[in-house]
Amino acid sequence: MSNLTLEAIELTRLFGGWEAVKNVSFHLEKGEVLGFLGPNGAGKSTTMRMLTGNLAPSIGTVKICGIDMIENPKEAKALIGYLPEMRPIYKELTVDEFLTIAARLHKVPSKQIKKAVDIAKEKCGLSHMSKRLIENLSNGYQQRVAIAQAIIHNPLVVILDEPTVGLDPIQIREIRSLIREIGQKHSVILSTHILPEVEMVCDRVQIIDKGNLVFHGSIDELKQHRQGNKLLVGFTKAPTLSALKDIEGVTKVEKVEAGMYRIHFKNKQSPSEAIVKLSVKNRWGLYQIAPDQTSLEDVFVQLTEKKQKN
Amino acid sequence: MILNIARKELKSLFASPMGWIILALLMMAFGSYYLTGVNNYFEVMSGAIRPAERVGVTIFVGQTVYSIASFIMLFAVPLLTMRLISEERRSQTLPFLFSAPISLTEIVLGKFVGLIVFLSILVFYIFLMLTTLNIWADIDFGYLIANSIGLWLLVASFSALGIYFSSLTQQPIIAAILSFISLFALMIMERFFASDPNHWFAYLSLMKHFQSFSRGLVDSSDLMYFFLFISTFLTLTIRRLDADRLRG
Repeated sequence: MSNLTLEAIELTRLFGGWEAVKNVSFHLEKGEVLGFLGPNGAGKSTTMRMLTGNLAPSIGTVKICGIDMIENPKEAKALIGYLPEMRPIYKELTVDEFLTIAARLHKVPSKQIKKAVDIAKEKCGLSHMSKRLIENLSNGYQQRVAIAQAIIHNPLVVILDEPTVGLDPIQIREIRSLIREIGQKHSVILSTHILPEVEMVCDRVQIIDKGNLVFHGSIDELKQHRQGNKLLVGFTKAPTLSALKDIEGVTKVEKVEAGMYRIHFKNKQSPSEAIVKLSVKNRWGLYQIAPDQTSLEDVFVQLTEKKQKN
Repeated sequence: MILNIARKELKSLFASPMGWIILALLMMAFGSYYLTGVNNYFEVMSGAIRPAERVGVTIFVGQTVYSIASFIMLFAVPLLTMRLISEERRSQTLPFLFSAPISLTEIVLGKFVGLIVFLSILVFYIFLMLTTLNIWADIDFGYLIANSIGLWLLVASFSALGIYFSSLTQQPIIAAILSFISLFALMIMERFFASDPNHWFAYLSLMKHFQSFSRGLVDSSDLMYFFLFISTFLTLTIRRLDADRLRG
Protein backbone atom coordinates (compact mmCIF):
# COMPACT_ATOMS: atom_id res chain seq x y z
CA MET A 1 0.00 0.00 0.00
CA SER A 2 2.78 2.39 0.85
CA ASN A 3 3.98 2.30 -2.72
CA LEU A 4 0.75 3.71 -4.07
CA THR A 5 1.26 7.33 -5.01
CA LEU A 6 -2.06 7.98 -6.65
CA GLU A 7 -5.44 6.39 -6.40
CA ALA A 8 -8.49 7.33 -8.38
CA ILE A 9 -11.58 5.64 -7.05
CA GLU A 10 -14.73 5.49 -9.15
CA LEU A 11 -14.33 8.92 -10.66
CA THR A 12 -17.37 10.23 -12.45
CA ARG A 13 -17.81 13.68 -13.81
CA LEU A 14 -21.05 15.09 -15.11
CA PHE A 15 -21.27 18.21 -17.22
CA GLY A 16 -24.92 19.08 -17.13
CA GLY A 17 -26.48 15.70 -17.61
CA TRP A 18 -23.70 14.41 -19.82
CA GLU A 19 -21.13 12.05 -18.39
CA ALA A 20 -17.66 13.11 -19.50
CA VAL A 21 -15.97 10.49 -17.37
CA LYS A 22 -17.77 7.39 -16.17
CA ASN A 23 -16.73 5.41 -13.16
CA VAL A 24 -12.98 5.43 -13.80
CA SER A 25 -10.77 3.75 -11.20
CA PHE A 26 -7.04 3.24 -11.33
CA HIS A 27 -3.93 3.55 -9.26
CA LEU A 28 -0.32 4.40 -9.75
CA GLU A 29 2.74 3.07 -8.00
CA LYS A 30 6.00 4.71 -7.22
CA GLY A 31 8.45 4.63 -10.09
CA GLU A 32 5.81 3.98 -12.69
CA VAL A 33 4.96 5.82 -15.88
CA LEU A 34 1.33 5.51 -16.81
CA GLY A 35 0.22 6.38 -20.30
CA PHE A 36 -3.23 7.76 -20.68
CA LEU A 37 -4.47 7.23 -24.20
CA GLY A 38 -7.62 8.15 -25.94
CA PRO A 39 -9.04 9.94 -28.94
CA ASN A 40 -10.06 13.58 -28.76
CA GLY A 41 -12.85 14.27 -26.34
CA ALA A 42 -12.48 10.93 -24.62
CA GLY A 43 -12.19 12.46 -21.18
CA LYS A 44 -8.40 12.41 -20.75
CA SER A 45 -8.07 16.04 -19.80
CA THR A 46 -11.17 15.97 -17.63
CA THR A 47 -9.73 13.05 -15.68
CA MET A 48 -6.42 14.83 -15.29
CA ARG A 49 -8.10 17.99 -14.10
CA MET A 50 -9.89 15.94 -11.48
CA LEU A 51 -6.66 14.26 -10.40
CA THR A 52 -4.99 17.63 -9.87
CA GLY A 53 -7.89 19.23 -8.03
CA ASN A 54 -8.74 21.65 -10.81
CA LEU A 55 -12.14 20.10 -11.18
CA ALA A 56 -14.26 18.49 -8.50
CA PRO A 57 -15.44 14.98 -9.38
CA SER A 58 -19.21 14.50 -9.27
CA ILE A 59 -18.71 11.10 -7.64
CA GLY A 60 -15.55 9.38 -6.46
CA THR A 61 -12.33 10.31 -4.74
CA VAL A 62 -8.75 11.05 -5.63
CA LYS A 63 -6.01 10.19 -3.18
CA ILE A 64 -2.43 11.30 -3.52
CA CYS A 65 -0.17 9.16 -1.31
CA GLY A 66 -3.25 8.46 0.78
CA ILE A 67 -4.20 12.13 1.14
CA ASP A 68 -7.69 12.91 -0.04
CA MET A 69 -7.75 15.66 -2.67
CA ILE A 70 -11.13 16.99 -1.59
CA GLU A 71 -10.58 16.92 2.14
CA ASN A 72 -6.98 18.15 2.22
CA PRO A 73 -6.43 19.85 -1.10
CA LYS A 74 -3.38 21.82 0.00
CA GLU A 75 -1.41 18.83 1.24
CA ALA A 76 -2.41 16.74 -1.75
CA LYS A 77 -1.59 19.44 -4.29
CA ALA A 78 1.84 19.94 -2.78
CA LEU A 79 2.74 16.45 -4.00
CA ILE A 80 1.64 17.01 -7.58
CA GLY A 81 3.21 18.68 -10.56
CA TYR A 82 0.76 19.42 -13.32
CA LEU A 83 1.16 20.49 -16.90
CA PRO A 84 -2.27 21.31 -18.29
CA GLU A 85 -3.14 21.04 -21.94
CA MET A 86 -2.95 24.80 -22.41
CA ARG A 87 0.38 25.78 -20.98
CA PRO A 88 -0.06 28.03 -17.98
CA ILE A 89 2.76 30.49 -18.40
CA TYR A 90 2.93 34.21 -17.78
CA LYS A 91 4.36 35.46 -21.01
CA GLU A 92 5.31 38.89 -19.72
CA LEU A 93 7.91 37.40 -17.37
CA THR A 94 11.34 35.98 -18.05
CA VAL A 95 12.05 32.27 -17.65
CA ASP A 96 13.86 32.83 -14.36
CA GLU A 97 11.18 35.08 -12.94
CA PHE A 98 8.42 32.68 -13.86
CA LEU A 99 10.15 29.61 -12.48
CA THR A 100 11.00 31.45 -9.27
CA ILE A 101 7.33 32.28 -8.82
CA ALA A 102 6.39 28.68 -9.55
CA ALA A 103 8.88 27.44 -6.96
CA ARG A 104 7.63 29.93 -4.40
CA LEU A 105 3.99 29.02 -4.92
CA HIS A 106 4.84 25.36 -4.54
CA LYS A 107 6.41 26.08 -1.18
CA VAL A 108 10.01 25.39 -2.07
CA PRO A 109 12.00 26.76 0.90
CA SER A 110 13.30 30.20 -0.03
CA LYS A 111 16.94 29.20 0.33
CA GLN A 112 16.57 26.37 -2.16
CA ILE A 113 14.57 28.29 -4.76
CA LYS A 114 17.56 29.32 -6.82
CA LYS A 115 18.90 25.80 -6.87
CA ALA A 116 15.51 24.34 -7.75
CA VAL A 117 15.17 26.79 -10.63
CA ASP A 118 18.63 25.89 -11.92
CA ILE A 119 17.96 22.16 -11.75
CA ALA A 120 14.60 22.48 -13.50
CA LYS A 121 16.15 24.63 -16.22
CA GLU A 122 18.96 22.18 -16.73
CA LYS A 123 16.61 19.21 -16.93
CA CYS A 124 14.48 20.93 -19.54
CA GLY A 125 17.39 22.39 -21.48
CA LEU A 126 16.53 25.97 -20.69
CA SER A 127 19.76 27.09 -19.05
CA HIS A 128 20.72 29.41 -21.89
CA MET A 129 17.27 31.00 -21.99
CA SER A 130 17.19 32.25 -18.38
CA LYS A 131 16.89 35.94 -19.09
CA ARG A 132 14.63 35.73 -22.12
CA LEU A 133 11.02 36.82 -21.98
CA ILE A 134 8.79 33.78 -22.29
CA GLU A 135 6.75 35.64 -24.88
CA ASN A 136 9.75 35.72 -27.22
CA LEU A 137 10.53 32.03 -26.95
CA SER A 138 9.55 29.57 -29.64
CA ASN A 139 6.62 27.25 -29.16
CA GLY A 140 8.82 24.33 -28.17
CA TYR A 141 10.76 26.33 -25.63
CA GLN A 142 7.54 27.62 -24.12
CA GLN A 143 6.46 24.03 -23.73
CA ARG A 144 9.74 23.28 -21.95
CA VAL A 145 9.11 26.17 -19.57
CA ALA A 146 5.70 24.71 -18.84
CA ILE A 147 7.26 21.31 -18.13
CA ALA A 148 9.93 22.90 -15.93
CA GLN A 149 7.16 24.56 -13.96
CA ALA A 150 5.56 21.18 -13.32
CA ILE A 151 8.69 19.50 -11.96
CA ILE A 152 10.29 22.39 -10.10
CA HIS A 153 9.23 21.31 -6.62
CA ASN A 154 10.28 17.73 -7.19
CA PRO A 155 6.76 16.35 -6.89
CA LEU A 156 5.96 12.72 -6.18
CA VAL A 157 3.39 12.56 -8.93
CA VAL A 158 3.87 14.38 -12.20
CA ILE A 159 0.82 14.74 -14.41
CA LEU A 160 1.51 15.81 -17.95
CA ASP A 161 -1.28 16.51 -20.38
CA GLU A 162 0.09 16.04 -23.90
CA PRO A 163 3.63 17.16 -23.09
CA THR A 164 5.13 16.68 -26.52
CA VAL A 165 2.69 18.81 -28.48
CA GLY A 166 4.44 21.45 -30.52
CA LEU A 167 7.95 20.09 -30.06
CA ASP A 168 10.35 19.17 -32.83
CA PRO A 169 11.55 15.53 -33.07
CA ILE A 170 14.80 16.19 -31.21
CA GLN A 171 13.01 17.96 -28.40
CA ILE A 172 10.44 15.18 -28.25
CA ARG A 173 13.24 12.69 -27.72
CA GLU A 174 14.73 14.83 -24.97
CA ILE A 175 11.40 15.24 -23.25
CA ARG A 176 10.77 11.52 -23.46
CA SER A 177 14.07 10.72 -21.82
CA LEU A 178 13.28 13.36 -19.20
CA ILE A 179 9.95 11.69 -18.50
CA ARG A 180 11.67 8.33 -18.14
CA GLU A 181 14.18 9.90 -15.79
CA ILE A 182 11.44 11.38 -13.61
CA GLY A 183 9.55 8.11 -13.81
CA GLN A 184 12.39 6.23 -12.17
CA LYS A 185 12.05 8.05 -8.87
CA HIS A 186 8.53 9.40 -9.01
CA SER A 187 5.30 8.53 -10.72
CA VAL A 188 4.24 10.04 -13.98
CA ILE A 189 0.91 10.15 -15.72
CA LEU A 190 1.14 11.15 -19.31
CA SER A 191 -1.70 11.70 -21.68
CA THR A 192 -1.27 11.55 -25.39
CA HIS A 193 -2.85 10.28 -28.52
CA ILE A 194 0.40 9.14 -30.03
CA LEU A 195 0.71 5.41 -29.54
CA PRO A 196 4.45 5.00 -30.30
CA GLU A 197 5.15 7.56 -27.61
CA VAL A 198 3.38 5.45 -25.04
CA GLU A 199 5.27 2.37 -26.15
CA MET A 200 8.58 4.13 -25.73
CA VAL A 201 8.00 5.79 -22.40
CA CYS A 202 5.32 4.08 -20.38
CA ASP A 203 5.22 1.02 -18.17
CA ARG A 204 1.48 0.79 -18.12
CA VAL A 205 -1.23 1.98 -20.43
CA GLN A 206 -4.76 2.99 -19.95
CA ILE A 207 -7.14 3.68 -22.79
CA ILE A 208 -10.19 5.79 -22.27
CA ASP A 209 -12.98 6.23 -24.76
CA LYS A 210 -16.15 8.25 -24.34
CA GLY A 211 -15.50 8.47 -20.63
CA ASN A 212 -15.08 4.73 -20.15
CA LEU A 213 -11.87 3.00 -19.25
CA VAL A 214 -11.66 0.42 -22.04
CA PHE A 215 -8.19 -0.96 -21.52
CA HIS A 216 -5.90 -1.12 -18.57
CA GLY A 217 -2.72 -3.11 -18.59
CA SER A 218 1.00 -3.30 -19.15
CA ILE A 219 2.64 -2.10 -22.29
CA ASP A 220 3.23 -5.69 -23.47
CA GLU A 221 -0.46 -6.43 -23.37
CA LEU A 222 -1.10 -3.44 -25.55
CA LYS A 223 1.60 -4.47 -27.98
CA GLN A 224 -0.11 -7.78 -28.34
CA HIS A 225 -3.36 -6.04 -29.03
CA ARG A 226 -1.61 -3.95 -31.54
CA GLN A 227 0.40 -6.59 -33.34
CA GLY A 228 -2.36 -9.05 -32.82
CA ASN A 229 -0.67 -12.19 -34.27
CA LYS A 230 -0.80 -11.00 -37.84
CA LEU A 231 1.73 -10.93 -40.64
CA LEU A 232 1.63 -8.87 -43.76
CA VAL A 233 3.24 -10.82 -46.59
CA GLY A 234 3.90 -9.82 -50.19
CA PHE A 235 4.73 -12.16 -53.08
CA THR A 236 5.51 -11.39 -56.71
CA LYS A 237 4.19 -14.80 -57.81
CA ALA A 238 1.47 -15.35 -55.34
CA PRO A 239 0.57 -18.87 -54.27
CA THR A 240 -2.99 -19.99 -53.75
CA LEU A 241 -4.77 -19.12 -50.55
CA SER A 242 -5.05 -22.73 -49.53
CA ALA A 243 -1.28 -23.25 -49.88
CA LEU A 244 -0.74 -20.51 -47.33
CA LYS A 245 -3.48 -21.74 -45.08
CA ASP A 246 -1.90 -25.18 -44.86
CA ILE A 247 1.19 -23.79 -43.13
CA GLU A 248 1.33 -24.78 -39.51
CA GLY A 249 -0.10 -22.25 -37.07
CA VAL A 250 -1.98 -20.23 -39.64
CA THR A 251 -5.62 -19.70 -38.79
CA LYS A 252 -6.82 -17.36 -41.48
CA VAL A 253 -5.54 -15.76 -44.67
CA GLU A 254 -6.94 -12.57 -46.10
CA LYS A 255 -6.11 -11.06 -49.45
CA VAL A 256 -5.28 -7.38 -49.11
CA GLU A 257 -4.44 -6.63 -52.72
CA ALA A 258 -2.79 -8.46 -55.61
CA GLY A 259 0.12 -10.40 -54.10
CA MET A 260 -0.39 -9.05 -50.56
CA TYR A 261 -1.82 -11.24 -47.86
CA ARG A 262 -2.64 -10.76 -44.22
CA ILE A 263 -1.93 -13.98 -42.37
CA HIS A 264 -3.46 -14.56 -38.95
CA PHE A 265 -1.77 -17.13 -36.79
CA LYS A 266 -2.13 -18.78 -33.41
CA ASN A 267 -0.60 -17.18 -30.37
CA LYS A 268 3.20 -17.66 -30.24
CA GLN A 269 3.29 -19.82 -33.38
CA SER A 270 4.61 -17.35 -35.88
CA PRO A 271 4.75 -19.01 -39.31
CA SER A 272 7.22 -16.49 -40.70
CA GLU A 273 10.10 -18.93 -40.91
CA ALA A 274 7.95 -21.53 -42.62
CA ILE A 275 6.68 -18.93 -45.08
CA VAL A 276 10.21 -17.88 -46.01
CA LYS A 277 11.33 -21.47 -46.47
CA LEU A 278 8.31 -22.38 -48.62
CA SER A 279 8.71 -19.24 -50.64
CA VAL A 280 12.30 -20.11 -51.48
CA LYS A 281 11.38 -23.67 -52.26
CA ASN A 282 8.37 -22.84 -54.45
CA ARG A 283 9.70 -19.55 -55.88
CA TRP A 284 6.83 -17.43 -54.74
CA GLY A 285 9.03 -14.34 -54.93
CA LEU A 286 8.66 -13.13 -51.35
CA TYR A 287 9.48 -9.44 -51.17
CA GLN A 288 7.90 -8.36 -47.92
CA ILE A 289 7.18 -9.96 -44.61
CA ALA A 290 6.40 -7.94 -41.54
CA PRO A 291 4.22 -8.05 -38.46
CA ASP A 292 0.99 -6.30 -39.32
CA GLN A 293 0.65 -3.45 -36.84
CA THR A 294 -2.83 -2.30 -36.24
CA SER A 295 -3.25 1.41 -36.22
CA LEU A 296 -4.28 3.17 -33.06
CA GLU A 297 -7.75 3.67 -34.45
CA ASP A 298 -8.10 -0.04 -35.00
CA VAL A 299 -6.98 -0.75 -31.46
CA PHE A 300 -9.58 1.69 -30.24
CA VAL A 301 -12.25 0.10 -32.37
CA GLN A 302 -11.25 -3.36 -31.18
CA LEU A 303 -11.20 -2.36 -27.55
CA THR A 304 -14.38 -0.35 -27.58
CA GLU A 305 -16.23 -3.06 -29.45
CA LYS A 306 -15.04 -5.60 -26.95
CA LYS A 307 -16.27 -3.41 -24.14
CA GLN A 308 -19.67 -3.06 -25.72
CA LYS A 309 -20.00 -6.81 -26.19
CA ASN A 310 -19.24 -7.33 -22.54
CA MET B 1 1.32 32.43 0.59
CA ILE B 2 -0.93 35.47 0.25
CA LEU B 3 2.21 37.58 0.03
CA ASN B 4 3.69 35.31 -2.63
CA ILE B 5 0.65 35.80 -4.84
CA ALA B 6 0.76 39.52 -4.13
CA ARG B 7 4.41 39.59 -5.15
CA LYS B 8 3.56 37.79 -8.35
CA GLU B 9 0.85 40.34 -9.15
CA LEU B 10 3.19 43.25 -8.49
CA LYS B 11 5.83 41.62 -10.62
CA SER B 12 3.48 41.37 -13.57
CA LEU B 13 2.34 44.96 -13.01
CA PHE B 14 5.90 46.24 -13.11
CA ALA B 15 7.17 43.74 -15.68
CA SER B 16 6.00 46.10 -18.39
CA PRO B 17 6.23 49.89 -18.31
CA MET B 18 2.48 49.92 -17.66
CA GLY B 19 2.76 50.02 -13.87
CA TRP B 20 5.21 52.90 -13.92
CA ILE B 21 3.24 54.85 -16.51
CA ILE B 22 0.02 54.52 -14.54
CA LEU B 23 1.77 55.69 -11.39
CA ALA B 24 3.35 58.63 -13.19
CA LEU B 25 0.19 59.76 -14.96
CA LEU B 26 -1.94 59.56 -11.84
CA MET B 27 0.62 61.42 -9.78
CA MET B 28 0.81 64.07 -12.47
CA ALA B 29 -2.96 64.54 -12.29
CA PHE B 30 -2.95 64.75 -8.50
CA GLY B 31 0.03 67.07 -8.56
CA SER B 32 -1.61 69.50 -10.94
CA TYR B 33 -4.71 69.65 -8.73
CA TYR B 34 -2.51 70.25 -5.74
CA LEU B 35 -0.92 73.16 -7.56
CA THR B 36 -4.24 74.72 -8.58
CA GLY B 37 -5.45 74.14 -5.03
CA VAL B 38 -2.59 76.18 -3.64
CA ASN B 39 -3.00 78.92 -6.25
CA ASN B 40 -6.72 79.15 -5.64
CA TYR B 41 -6.16 79.35 -1.93
CA PHE B 42 -4.20 82.58 -2.29
CA GLU B 43 -6.75 84.03 -4.64
CA VAL B 44 -9.77 83.17 -2.57
CA MET B 45 -8.29 83.92 0.81
CA SER B 46 -6.92 87.32 -0.21
CA GLY B 47 -10.55 88.23 -0.95
CA ALA B 48 -11.88 86.78 2.27
CA ILE B 49 -11.73 89.41 4.94
CA ARG B 50 -14.29 88.27 7.49
CA PRO B 51 -12.98 85.50 9.78
CA ALA B 52 -16.00 83.30 9.07
CA GLU B 53 -15.01 83.09 5.44
CA ARG B 54 -11.50 81.95 6.16
CA VAL B 55 -10.67 78.30 5.77
CA GLY B 56 -7.46 76.55 6.74
CA VAL B 57 -5.01 75.72 3.98
CA THR B 58 -5.12 72.00 4.82
CA ILE B 59 -8.85 71.75 4.34
CA PHE B 60 -8.87 73.95 1.27
CA VAL B 61 -6.11 72.18 -0.63
CA GLY B 62 -6.83 68.79 0.91
CA GLN B 63 -10.42 68.86 -0.20
CA THR B 64 -9.45 69.77 -3.76
CA VAL B 65 -6.93 66.97 -4.02
CA TYR B 66 -8.87 64.24 -2.21
CA SER B 67 -12.14 64.84 -3.99
CA ILE B 68 -10.45 64.69 -7.36
CA ALA B 69 -8.43 61.66 -6.24
CA SER B 70 -11.57 59.72 -5.37
CA PHE B 71 -13.01 60.68 -8.76
CA ILE B 72 -9.90 59.70 -10.73
CA MET B 73 -9.62 56.42 -8.84
CA LEU B 74 -13.14 55.63 -9.97
CA PHE B 75 -11.70 55.37 -13.48
CA ALA B 76 -8.24 54.08 -12.65
CA VAL B 77 -9.11 51.19 -10.35
CA PRO B 78 -11.43 49.35 -12.78
CA LEU B 79 -8.67 49.57 -15.37
CA LEU B 80 -6.23 48.01 -12.93
CA THR B 81 -8.57 45.32 -11.62
CA MET B 82 -9.98 44.29 -14.97
CA ARG B 83 -7.17 41.94 -15.89
CA LEU B 84 -6.56 40.39 -12.49
CA ILE B 85 -8.63 37.28 -13.04
CA SER B 86 -10.17 37.61 -16.49
CA GLU B 87 -6.75 37.80 -18.11
CA GLU B 88 -5.70 34.61 -16.33
CA ARG B 89 -8.91 32.99 -17.42
CA ARG B 90 -8.34 34.01 -21.00
CA SER B 91 -4.72 32.93 -21.22
CA GLN B 92 -5.57 29.73 -19.31
CA THR B 93 -3.11 30.33 -16.51
CA LEU B 94 -5.60 29.73 -13.71
CA PRO B 95 -4.71 26.01 -13.50
CA PHE B 96 -1.20 27.12 -12.55
CA LEU B 97 -2.62 28.72 -9.42
CA PHE B 98 -5.29 26.11 -8.81
CA SER B 99 -2.87 23.19 -8.86
CA ALA B 100 -0.40 24.86 -6.54
CA PRO B 101 -0.86 24.10 -2.85
CA ILE B 102 -2.76 27.31 -2.17
CA SER B 103 -6.39 27.78 -1.26
CA LEU B 104 -8.75 29.88 -3.33
CA THR B 105 -9.02 32.34 -0.46
CA GLU B 106 -5.27 32.83 -0.55
CA ILE B 107 -5.31 33.34 -4.31
CA VAL B 108 -8.03 35.98 -4.16
CA LEU B 109 -6.62 37.72 -1.10
CA GLY B 110 -3.16 37.65 -2.66
CA LYS B 111 -4.38 39.34 -5.80
CA PHE B 112 -6.27 41.87 -3.71
CA VAL B 113 -3.28 42.61 -1.49
CA GLY B 114 -1.01 42.98 -4.52
CA LEU B 115 -3.26 45.61 -6.02
CA ILE B 116 -3.73 47.37 -2.69
CA VAL B 117 0.03 47.64 -2.27
CA PHE B 118 0.21 49.27 -5.68
CA LEU B 119 -2.61 51.69 -4.88
CA SER B 120 -1.20 52.40 -1.44
CA ILE B 121 1.84 53.88 -3.15
CA LEU B 122 -0.48 56.46 -4.67
CA VAL B 123 -2.36 57.15 -1.44
CA PHE B 124 0.92 57.54 0.38
CA TYR B 125 2.34 59.87 -2.29
CA ILE B 126 -0.72 62.07 -2.11
CA PHE B 127 -0.26 62.27 1.64
CA LEU B 128 3.43 63.11 1.22
CA MET B 129 2.61 65.75 -1.36
CA LEU B 130 0.17 67.46 0.95
CA THR B 131 2.56 67.39 3.89
CA THR B 132 4.88 69.64 1.88
CA LEU B 133 2.40 72.40 2.81
CA ASN B 134 3.89 72.13 6.26
CA ILE B 135 6.95 73.97 5.00
CA TRP B 136 4.98 77.23 4.80
CA ALA B 137 2.09 76.63 7.13
CA ASP B 138 1.06 74.70 10.18
CA ILE B 139 -1.10 71.98 8.77
CA ASP B 140 -3.66 69.70 10.34
CA PHE B 141 -2.11 66.23 10.09
CA GLY B 142 -5.17 64.59 11.61
CA TYR B 143 -7.27 65.83 8.75
CA LEU B 144 -4.81 64.49 6.18
CA ILE B 145 -4.53 61.11 7.88
CA ALA B 146 -8.32 60.74 8.10
CA ASN B 147 -8.57 61.59 4.41
CA SER B 148 -5.81 59.15 3.53
CA ILE B 149 -7.53 56.37 5.45
CA GLY B 150 -10.78 57.26 3.71
CA LEU B 151 -9.21 57.26 0.26
CA TRP B 152 -7.38 54.04 1.01
CA LEU B 153 -10.57 52.29 2.10
CA LEU B 154 -12.38 53.70 -0.91
CA VAL B 155 -9.84 52.36 -3.41
CA ALA B 156 -9.76 49.05 -1.52
CA SER B 157 -13.54 48.81 -1.97
CA PHE B 158 -13.22 49.71 -5.63
CA SER B 159 -10.60 46.95 -6.00
CA ALA B 160 -12.71 44.33 -4.25
CA LEU B 161 -15.66 45.04 -6.52
CA GLY B 162 -13.39 45.19 -9.57
CA ILE B 163 -11.84 41.82 -8.77
CA TYR B 164 -15.29 40.30 -8.48
CA PHE B 165 -16.33 41.58 -11.90
CA SER B 166 -13.01 40.43 -13.29
CA SER B 167 -13.76 36.90 -12.10
CA LEU B 168 -17.07 36.89 -13.96
CA THR B 169 -15.80 37.29 -17.49
CA GLN B 170 -13.00 36.37 -19.85
CA GLN B 171 -12.86 39.80 -21.39
CA PRO B 172 -10.93 42.33 -19.31
CA ILE B 173 -12.62 45.25 -20.99
CA ILE B 174 -16.09 43.98 -20.11
CA ALA B 175 -14.96 43.58 -16.51
CA ALA B 176 -13.72 47.19 -16.55
CA ILE B 177 -16.96 48.56 -17.95
CA LEU B 178 -19.13 46.57 -15.57
CA SER B 179 -17.15 47.56 -12.52
CA PHE B 180 -17.01 51.20 -13.59
CA ILE B 181 -20.79 51.37 -14.06
CA SER B 182 -21.55 49.71 -10.75
CA LEU B 183 -19.01 51.81 -8.87
CA PHE B 184 -20.37 54.95 -10.44
CA ALA B 185 -23.89 53.95 -9.43
CA LEU B 186 -22.74 53.25 -5.89
CA MET B 187 -20.95 56.59 -5.73
CA ILE B 188 -23.84 58.77 -6.85
CA MET B 189 -26.61 56.71 -5.30
CA GLU B 190 -27.06 59.02 -2.34
CA ARG B 191 -27.83 61.94 -4.65
CA PHE B 192 -31.13 60.33 -5.52
CA PHE B 193 -32.05 60.48 -1.86
CA ALA B 194 -30.97 64.05 -1.26
CA SER B 195 -34.37 64.82 0.26
CA ASP B 196 -34.07 61.98 2.75
CA PRO B 197 -30.41 61.53 3.70
CA ASN B 198 -31.20 58.85 6.26
CA HIS B 199 -32.92 56.53 3.83
CA TRP B 200 -31.41 53.03 4.10
CA PHE B 201 -30.69 52.99 0.40
CA ALA B 202 -28.57 56.08 0.67
CA TYR B 203 -26.66 54.33 3.39
CA LEU B 204 -25.32 51.90 0.79
CA SER B 205 -23.62 54.66 -1.15
CA LEU B 206 -19.84 54.60 -1.10
CA MET B 207 -19.68 58.37 -1.31
CA LYS B 208 -21.75 58.88 1.82
CA HIS B 209 -19.20 56.97 3.85
CA PHE B 210 -16.23 58.58 2.18
CA GLN B 211 -17.63 62.01 3.01
CA SER B 212 -17.22 61.64 6.74
CA PHE B 213 -13.55 60.84 6.20
CA SER B 214 -13.18 63.85 3.97
CA ARG B 215 -14.49 65.99 6.82
CA GLY B 216 -11.68 64.55 8.89
CA LEU B 217 -13.90 62.20 10.83
CA VAL B 218 -12.94 58.55 11.34
CA ASP B 219 -16.21 56.89 12.29
CA SER B 220 -16.24 53.22 13.25
CA SER B 221 -19.53 52.67 11.42
CA ASP B 222 -17.91 53.87 8.20
CA LEU B 223 -14.91 51.64 8.83
CA MET B 224 -17.33 48.77 9.31
CA TYR B 225 -19.16 49.63 6.11
CA PHE B 226 -15.96 49.52 4.05
CA PHE B 227 -14.82 46.37 5.77
CA LEU B 228 -18.11 44.64 5.00
CA PHE B 229 -18.13 45.95 1.44
CA ILE B 230 -14.64 44.58 0.78
CA SER B 231 -15.23 41.21 2.43
CA THR B 232 -18.54 40.74 0.63
CA PHE B 233 -17.01 41.15 -2.80
CA LEU B 234 -13.92 39.12 -2.00
CA THR B 235 -16.13 36.30 -0.73
CA LEU B 236 -18.22 36.48 -3.88
CA THR B 237 -15.02 36.23 -5.94
CA ILE B 238 -13.90 33.16 -4.02
CA ARG B 239 -17.32 31.61 -4.54
CA ARG B 240 -17.13 32.36 -8.24
CA LEU B 241 -13.73 30.69 -8.58
CA ASP B 242 -14.93 27.73 -6.56
CA ALA B 243 -17.80 27.38 -9.00
CA ASP B 244 -15.18 26.92 -11.71
CA ARG B 245 -13.87 23.91 -9.89
CA LEU B 246 -17.33 22.51 -9.21
CA ARG B 247 -19.04 23.20 -12.51
CA GLY B 248 -16.06 23.03 -14.81
